[in-house]
Amino acid sequence: MRELIDLIYFLFPLFIATTVPLSIVALGGLFSERSGVVNIALEGIMIMGGFIGIIAMRALIENTELNLQIIAFIGLFTGATFGMLYALAHAFASITMKSNQIISATALNMFAPAMSVFIARTFWNTSNLNLMGNYTISKVPILGDIPIVGQLFFTNAYLSTYIGIIIFIVATAVLYKTRLGLRIRSCGENPHAADSLGVNIYRVRYIGVLISGALAGMGGVIFVLSFATRFSGSVAGFGFLALAVLIFGQWHPKKIIFAALFFATMRVIADTYSVIPGLNMIVMPREIYRMLPYIATLVVLSFASKRSRAPRAVGEPYDPSKR
Amino acid sequence: MAFVIEMLNITKEFPGIKANDDVTLQLKQGEIHALLGENGAGKSTLMSVLFGLYQPEQGIIKVRDKEVVIKNPNDANDLGIGMVHQHFKLVHNFTVTENIVLGYEDTKKGFLQLDNARKRIKELSEQYKLRVDPDALIENISVGQQQRVEILKMLYRDSEILIFDEPTAVLTPQEIQELMKIMKRLVSEGKSIILITHKLNEIKAIADRCTILRKGKYIDTVEVKSTSNEVLAEKMVGRKISFGVEKTPAKPKETILKVEEVSITDYITQKIVVKNVCFEVKRGEILTIAGIEGNGQTELIHGITGLKPLTKGKVILKEQDITALSIRQKSLSGISHIPEDRQKHGLVLEYSLENNLILQNYFTTQFQNRGFFKFDNIRDHAEKLIERFDIRSGKGPLSQVRSMSGGNQQKAIVGREIDRNNDLLIAVQPTRGLDVGAIEFIHKQLIQERDQGKAVLLISLELDEVMNLSDRILVMYEGEIVGEFDPQKTTENELGLYMSGSKRGKQQ
Ligand SMILES: Nc1ncnc2c1ncn2[C@@H]1O[C@H](COP(=O)(O)OP(=O)(O)OP(=O)(O)O)[C@@H](O)[C@H]1O
Ligand SMILES: [Mg+2]
Repeated sequence: MRELIDLIYFLFPLFIATTVPLSIVALGGLFSERSGVVNIALEGIMIMGGFIGIIAMRALIENTELNLQIIAFIGLFTGATFGMLYALAHAFASITMKSNQIISATALNMFAPAMSVFIARTFWNTSNLNLMGNYTISKVPILGDIPIVGQLFFTNAYLSTYIGIIIFIVATAVLYKTRLGLRIRSCGENPHAADSLGVNIYRVRYIGVLISGALAGMGGVIFVLSFATRFSGSVAGFGFLALAVLIFGQWHPKKIIFAALFFATMRVIADTYSVIPGLNMIVMPREIYRMLPYIATLVVLSFASKRSRAPRAVGEPYDPSKR
Repeated sequence: MAFVIEMLNITKEFPGIKANDDVTLQLKQGEIHALLGENGAGKSTLMSVLFGLYQPEQGIIKVRDKEVVIKNPNDANDLGIGMVHQHFKLVHNFTVTENIVLGYEDTKKGFLQLDNARKRIKELSEQYKLRVDPDALIENISVGQQQRVEILKMLYRDSEILIFDEPTAVLTPQEIQELMKIMKRLVSEGKSIILITHKLNEIKAIADRCTILRKGKYIDTVEVKSTSNEVLAEKMVGRKISFGVEKTPAKPKETILKVEEVSITDYITQKIVVKNVCFEVKRGEILTIAGIEGNGQTELIHGITGLKPLTKGKVILKEQDITALSIRQKSLSGISHIPEDRQKHGLVLEYSLENNLILQNYFTTQFQNRGFFKFDNIRDHAEKLIERFDIRSGKGPLSQVRSMSGGNQQKAIVGREIDRNNDLLIAVQPTRGLDVGAIEFIHKQLIQERDQGKAVLLISLELDEVMNLSDRILVMYEGEIVGEFDPQKTTENELGLYMSGSKRGKQQ
């Protein structure tokens, strides 16, 4: 019994640490796609945001005496800003220039890892950027003392988890309770209707893509903070996994949380099967466990796509003269 | 009397075509002004210019004697101009309220204030008898209700000048009556209306004046009271039109299509939408199924053509049971089908006209050889049909079908299906949204098909079409055939009673 509880206390933070970036990035994708622009560049934007965020944090650690949590906060903010700038390229290509959205996003996906490795090698002579310090909060005052809940949610936690949760709530409120949200949703479903009511499609879509850039960029930093002590030009396919979460979550924030929980479970199992009783008894090559999240993606998506609820106008550049 | 709107010498070109060529339209305060013209005459284009969706190359627009430039719908809105579009512009998964407030939202501290809006919409809908549930999703309400939402959109914005682009094409006769009452009420309150419609009776019933366009050019503006239907039609198409349909009595021969005890259950709602329907269509006759929209006609035809599975029953074509065949096999075994929803089941809007004309037989050796298209044959085929069925468009065989006017899209389908020369022709509302000239033409084609020994199954909501074309009439109500009639011996009134379910007879 004791062992089981320990195991849960061990797995739970991992579980949260996986869910949060997945759902934040998927939510980013949601903003872009519900405004009508396909964004498969999430992976590239995460890499870009993560990379610049890490550089900023390294600089701060070396040159200042700031508290690590403040540094993490600045890192997240920097990641978001540069994610947004990077997504601007996608917005320009696909909205203003009406280019193919898949191609422009693929370009961003290919450019980000290459450039980050190139810069790292040029300036630091290595493709692995180390990140010093332990960014967990060992215990949140007061809340951490609550039995069970405190243990699960408020000890050994990341600042980014809380920020992520807050952002998730705010973003969902924006989508469903504000004028901007209403307009974003209308542009992804029926831009001709929105246009005939005086909504500026181009502007709304820019905003949608930029929000997705900010969230994915921040997601990149969260990823590095929680999983890696160094950054080597990759976010382990998290961006694509987030895309799967978005589709499995039917472009809907609440369902995205559940989808993210599902994929996070798969991933945690893949990473920790050797300590989970029962699973470690089954002798299977480790590669099989490792493949689990990706196989799950394939299976789940092939079922989910059947009742897909994709925004109707997603992927089509807006052309007012069509009818 | 002063004009509220003056569109002077407007010219608007699209690639390959002048949709409006020096057109002038003047709208008086408080009048209903009809805009009449053939399919593709440029009516929708002219109104889109007024509404700021298109910029004219030439011409000026004056609103209340002041010259204005309308760059986008926002400008139109600010000038009090509102429009109900030919193809509704509604977001399908938004509520009625969300659709109405979109672009004109009230917010407080950044948050939407939908409650006030809902109250206002309720008031408006009571005031004008535009019954809709403000919280219903658009995808769940009928076409008639969707139109009310479009009207409410304009009222919500306090528009003074209202444009209706073919509002009655999709409505049932009752709904049309209601809409006319609403329009009268609106003008009595000082608003001004521009009404586009192909139905001369409607123009006669409510319009004050009428402007006529032909092939993008301005023809005339007339007082409706002192102008007869014949004159209106003649000005519109440039030749005399016969309103009645001339046909000889039918000479029915052997049975082509036999429908035996067909039932269909809708798999979403689990409702039985077609109940035990039996009938036969013979060579050399036009059998019409009349009924009010939504009484199972759509599903019945989907069942016969294979778009929907049958729950029970058999479909027999020329003594061969085709119930279990695939859609293509059914169509190849001798069914031509002019579908009800032309954009969904009839055309690939992104394709060119010539490619759309071979959708049913691109795989035959006439059009391909070992997987490679014979482009010359495809082009010849397209040119032949364009000529024979008078399909008008900007770039001929190469026009993208999406850019063609609604009526010409319809002619393309009619041409393609008739040209296939099958024994059975199923035509579902073949004249919806067409001008009188095109209707006359299609009616003639259907009768000609009959006379050449084809069996024609016609589904129509228009009573005069039913009376004029049919050799036999079946009335469908709530999924059942409730009566069979001889057009010579029945009246529109009697049919109406059966269609609305007030009367019913035994089946055949
Ligand atoms: N966006 C567009 N691009 C290219 N051509 C167009 C476009 N819109 C309209 N046209 C062409 O302009 C002409 C006029 O079209 P319009 O839709 O105004 O006709 P309409 O009078 O409303 O006809 P209908 O009664 O069939 O609706 C048609 O020949 C059509 O093919
Ligand atoms: Mg039109």
